[in-house]
Amino acid sequence: MSILVNKHTKVITQGITGATGLFHTRGAVEYGTQMVGGVTPGKGGTEVDGIPIFNTVAEAVEKTGANASVIYVAPPFAADAIMEAVDAELDLVICITEGIPVLDMVKVKRYMEGKKTKLIGPNCPGVITPGECKIGIMPGYIHTPGKVGIVSRSGTLTYEAVHQTSTRGIGQSTAVGIGGDPVKGMEFIDVLKMFNEDPDTEAVIMIGEIGGTAEEEAADWIAANMKKPVVGFIGGQTAPPGKRMGHAGAIISGGKGTAAEKIAKLESCGVRVAKTPAAIGETLVEVLKERGMLDKVMSK
Amino acid sequence: MNIHEYQGKEILKQYGVKVPEGRVAFTVEEAVEAAKALGTQVNVVKAQIHAGGRGKAGGVKVAKNLDEVRTYAQEILGKVLVTHQTGPEGKEVKRLLIEQGCDIKKEYYVGVVVDRATGSVVMMASEEGGTEIEEVAERTPEKIFKEVIDPVTGLNAFQARRLAYAINIPKELINKAAKFMMSLYQAFVEKDCSIAEINPLVVTGDGEVMALDAKLNFDSNALYRHPDIVALRDLDEEDEKEIEASKFDLAYIALDGNIGCMVNGAGLAMATMDIVKFYGGDPANFLDVGGGATEEKVTEAFKIILRDEKVKGIFVNIFGGIMKCDVIANGVVNAAKQIKLDKPLVVRLEGTNVELGKKILNESGLNIVAAESMADGAEKIVSLVK
Repeated sequence: MSILVNKHTKVITQGITGATGLFHTRGAVEYGTQMVGGVTPGKGGTEVDGIPIFNTVAEAVEKTGANASVIYVAPPFAADAIMEAVDAELDLVICITEGIPVLDMVKVKRYMEGKKTKLIGPNCPGVITPGECKIGIMPGYIHTPGKVGIVSRSGTLTYEAVHQTSTRGIGQSTAVGIGGDPVKGMEFIDVLKMFNEDPDTEAVIMIGEIGGTAEEEAADWIAANMKKPVVGFIGGQTAPPGKRMGHAGAIISGGKGTAAEKIAKLESCGVRVAKTPAAIGETLVEVLKERGMLDKVMSK
Repeated sequence: MNIHEYQGKEILKQYGVKVPEGRVAFTVEEAVEAAKALGTQVNVVKAQIHAGGRGKAGGVKVAKNLDEVRTYAQEILGKVLVTHQTGPEGKEVKRLLIEQGCDIKKEYYVGVVVDRATGSVVMMASEEGGTEIEEVAERTPEKIFKEVIDPVTGLNAFQARRLAYAINIPKELINKAAKFMMSLYQAFVEKDCSIAEINPLVVTGDGEVMALDAKLNFDSNALYRHPDIVALRDLDEEDEKEIEASKFDLAYIALDGNIGCMVNGAGLAMATMDIVKFYGGDPANFLDVGGGATEEKVTEAFKIILRDEKVKGIFVNIFGGIMKCDVIANGVVNAAKQIKLDKPLVVRLEGTNVELGKKILNESGLNIVAAESMADGAEKIVSLVK
């Protein structure tokens, strides 16, 4: 088991004929993901690598039975692409695009109210269930099928966490990059809920960073509801206030959103926070040992 | 992206937000001319820098006549203002706003931001104008009122009135205040602001509701659709190295330490700064070379890091995912050769083709220290610059 995506997930790529879209669609096919179609307005009726291309998401869904979409469309058109996928009633939309204007995302969030679609991103690496389905730009080979769920606001830090677990013989159930933008689809709590209910996830790694209060809210939720151990890391302990650290969402403003606050809150809610980004794997092992869970979580 | 107060006020004026009459001046003479043209007895001379706290630092003066305008303009132009937002090195004043003085009855606060928690635009207002809103939020959070705005309807009149009543705007001015707020919201969304802060908003003796100060920040992701805003960029207010980096699509932020950092991915870049600090070092910068770190980008990144004279050594931390480590290693080696790097360089590579990458580094003939892990790399660079 896993969350969000598995071997049955049928995926279309929006923006499949762009260089990035095509490159990562090929990567997904290579990994074994069921890539069933692509959408590029004006290129409907053609195909690439044997994957049929459609003019609209609705048509792609009708013809292929897709239930998930991944978006590599350029920032000015990405919000529209998300709404098109939501309108087509896909279960899951993953938006990789970085640089979408935040007010576009405010409209998207409003548009999505009451609709069934779940959104991951934008500005995220995507979602992978190792051995089954890879949707996004993450390097597939560092992952191992297993029982630790990973949720993160940062791409490369997710890879770090995956690598540090895989090399210790611990695999992942699903790794979810929720993205570094201030207004986005699923938040930490939404993903934590799913991991909590997933019978094959035994523990969770949550990687946050400065800016906003999503980690604090997640901490409260964990204290009240989480049945599984959570290990954390917060990036940006040395970041100066008022400076946007790459991600649009990673900024300390008005004295809020500091790493120190987030770490203190997480620790007070029972989350063990790794002291350094290099210690995420060993912190997890430490917690699993203390709880007598290490054997259960180790991959065969 | 930030702009100056006088530019912000010009934008707001276009949307019907009332602001005092004012003119920008780059010289003392221009300041006096501006005051003459305004024709009022009392004028305010305001330093224009991209930082708050100007008043306390002596950057805002009330001039009762033209001689005083001249005196204050001479005093403030060229002065280095140090405020809580400039850092200890301060900022030199190169522009002034000369503005008509007004008869202030009371000061309020109005701000518009994008609220992450609700994924919406939120307008905040408070009776405690003129002071730091963060302090108000800290001490008396009950004095800040908020309205969450639906992007479909925009700020509704009833919401604006509700805010105006909540902050005790005099009742005869409620409608003027509501119109002010709705115009402010319109400017915010049409210009893709990330922050629009009016502190203070004032009620005047002659019954006006005005923006006495204006701080507008813009969403850099949306600048492509606002060439008029891009034209307002003042490069004097930005770090030279940060400007250079943005030309090569590198996210760079200058810091105070002596260890230059080059990393792929914003999260890992932040975490690399953290781990350098953890092992007792001080990062000189944040630098994200992005996912597609080509040799050219790596070379430019080295150059930018080394323009900072404080830098005594460089730590490269790359998790090669889609990018292969051997490609990155070649990029690092060639870049180091090209710029004749003579400072300690520690490289941590992980990911695809990592062994090949390390081999390239070791056989380069350059003094490159290959690290086994992120922690190992951080420890090594810290000891090398000591």
